Amino acid sequence: MSILISKDTTFIIQGITGREAVNMTRECLDYGSKIVGGVTPGRAGREIYGVPVYDTVQAITSKTRVDGSIVCVPPAFTRDAVFEALAGGIQIIVIVTERIPRFEVAQMVEMAKAKGARIIGPNCLGVLSPDEAKLGGLGGRAVDAKKAFTKGPIGVMSRSGGMTTEMCNTLTAAGLGQSTAVSIGGDAIIGSTYADLMPLFEADQETKAIVIYCEPGGRMEAELAAYVVEKNSRLPIVAFMAGRFMDEMPGMRFGHAGTIVEGKADTTADKIEGIEAAGISVAERIEDIPGLVKQRLGMS
Amino acid sequence: MAALFIDVEVDANIAKDADIAAKLVEVCPVNIFAKTNGDLQIVEDNLDECVLCELCLNAAPAGKVKVKKLYGPKQVLVRKD
Amino acid sequence: MRFYEFESKKLFGMKGIPLPSGSRVAKSAAEAKEIAASIGGPVVLKSQVLSGGRMKAGGVLFADTPDEAVAAAEKILALEINGHAPVGVLVEGRAPIDQEYYVGVTWDGFARQPVMIFSDMGGIDIEEVAEKHPEHIAKRNFSTLAPFSEFMAKELVAAVGVSGGELNKLTQITTRLARTFIEHGLTLAEINPLARLADGTFVCLDGHVDMEDEARDGQKALLAKLEIDPQEKRQARPPTKFEQDGVVVDSADHRGVAGNVVEFDGDLGLVIGAGGGSLTLFDAVRKHGGRPANYCEIGGNPSVSKACNLTKLILSKPGVKKIAVMMNVVSNTRVDIVARGVVKGCVELGFDPAEKIAIFRIPGSWEGDGFQILEHYGVEYCDRSVSMFEAAGRAVAKMKDA
Ligand code: SF4
Repeated sequence: MSILISKDTTFIIQGITGREAVNMTRECLDYGSKIVGGVTPGRAGREIYGVPVYDTVQAITSKTRVDGSIVCVPPAFTRDAVFEALAGGIQIIVIVTERIPRFEVAQMVEMAKAKGARIIGPNCLGVLSPDEAKLGGLGGRAVDAKKAFTKGPIGVMSRSGGMTTEMCNTLTAAGLGQSTAVSIGGDAIIGSTYADLMPLFEADQETKAIVIYCEPGGRMEAELAAYVVEKNSRLPIVAFMAGRFMDEMPGMRFGHAGTIVEGKADTTADKIEGIEAAGISVAERIEDIPGLVKQRLGMS
Repeated sequence: MAALFIDVEVDANIAKDADIAAKLVEVCPVNIFAKTNGDLQIVEDNLDECVLCELCLNAAPAGKVKVKKLYGPKQVLVRKD
Repeated sequence: MRFYEFESKKLFGMKGIPLPSGSRVAKSAAEAKEIAASIGGPVVLKSQVLSGGRMKAGGVLFADTPDEAVAAAEKILALEINGHAPVGVLVEGRAPIDQEYYVGVTWDGFARQPVMIFSDMGGIDIEEVAEKHPEHIAKRNFSTLAPFSEFMAKELVAAVGVSGGELNKLTQITTRLARTFIEHGLTLAEINPLARLADGTFVCLDGHVDMEDEARDGQKALLAKLEIDPQEKRQARPPTKFEQDGVVVDSADHRGVAGNVVEFDGDLGLVIGAGGGSLTLFDAVRKHGGRPANYCEIGGNPSVSKACNLTKLILSKPGVKKIAVMMNVVSNTRVDIVARGVVKGCVELGFDPAEKIAIFRIPGSWEGDGFQILEHYGVEYCDRSVSMFEAAGRAVAKMKDA
């Protein structure tokens, strides 16, 4: 099984005629995903790899069931695109776009909450459930994605899109497949945090353990630690923490928009202490992850 | 400096065909083809930017445009049919 | 982007938040004297630096006469604080204070909404107040969709037990601060301390404003009014020449990213990516005892020329002996394009790529062609079976005999 998406998930791509979106459409189709339409205002009637293009989301949702949308439009248009998707009753919205002002992200998240929908991202590569579907650029071309991602019991969440693939590749090489990998996005405010997604993995019987990629900045890891303790989660978690060098460089922004050490709670040292106290194992190197997972699952 | 990785060859007769030349200029995403006073030119400075998309091969009759990799064994991209 | 105190105050002043009398920034001691004279009473002079710890470092001085103000301004303008030279000295009137408050608006990553924070214990670190005197602090989130309304600020202020005429004045200031936060894409708007003077009026004694980079495009008008260069990057320290050159390389064309260069003083140049991969690799190099010459991020499939120019920039940095080219498994950036770029960079500088590139570890999209290029030039490379950590180790090992 998987979370968020499956073989049957139908979705659309907003901004489908953009350069990167065209590429992504092809990758997702090749992976077996069901793209039922694309939206670019003024371009109705065109086709992208056989996917019909419409002017509005409504033109698609009025005809067919749409479970998800990938939003791939420039930052200035993203909020409107997301509101349009929400108005159309779409439940899972993956926002690929980066550099969206924080206030607008918060507005989208608030609106999604009111509609009972879920946002993944922004500034993310989407979701991939091996052998089921991929919503977004995660893993790149279908042939490449199949090399790095294989079906199995590990749920993966990562603030870095690239590191999602790197970690899954390492897990795959060690014989540990993934139930679903989620690139949650690198911004300070995102639609779905680790703690938001945990209940979904908990409910998925196939998922047996969780692997996460963490960075300095923000309180997301602390939120996860609190969740794990409070809910007494059945899932062992292994975390990899990047950016340890940043602890010595407060105020400097590296990597993603959300990655900055502004106070003690933002440092990797503080975060590691917090998550370890909650029973989360911390891997020093990516290649240590599979061993720790196996240990936690009693496989070794 | 000369290109290190890619060379592109266009059949001399094809290069004179204004329609094909215009198409080549249009399809190449990295501007390897240019038209200066009617003649098709290969822009040497951009050769190494070639993304091997083969759009130029498809824009001209089979065999008339060749993209050569100046590294490794499988050297020449050319459309056969 | 952090605002200097004088910029924060200028913004607050524009929004009707009361400031100390005559608050203005001076670039010279003579100008400071003029401001002090026009205030006509005791003044405080404050160094304008982005670094904390001004008070301790001697960057805040008092003066009772314009002549004293000149002496103080001279001292302050000549004083570097934590390596930062001041951009000016803020001069403002000084009046007796009855009580200090704290009011701030920032983002709450849990709630994913802005949060207002108020305390009747101002002037000290607010996190310390939260820890030691939780009953003196109140927090309240507010919606980003519903219009901001004054009662929200009133509830916040009232929650710490403020009442009477003060409640209304503080509600108004807090409302103005929250609206400033919303309107201008801020990530922090803070008045600390907010002082109640002996005469019952309130003034903002110190202010902090942070604007997110993403909001800058929409805030050009405000930045112009505050005379802030829209291009100005304000990290915790001013950018070095090397870092500025990195920006030039990155902005040469729109294809992909090859920038975010940060200077370090080691001998191993790093051509690394992407966001998360760079953090991971930088840690790995240091863990192996390597000394990076720089941090950088490539991603989004940069052009060959961009990768080439970045390589040249790093290889030309004094003290750099070799470069390591490493990324996580890539999906959208192409291995062959990066390989071409770094090899070309070496060749154009007259170096042998096989000698200058300590290791190339970028597996993924188009790796077949990429590896052919590297083989052709005799560059040591590895595929996805070699971890990022291991690759970093190999690069560091090569530096021993370099
Ligand atoms: S293969 Fe593509 S990039 Fe290369 S020359 Fe032809 S059209 Fe241009």
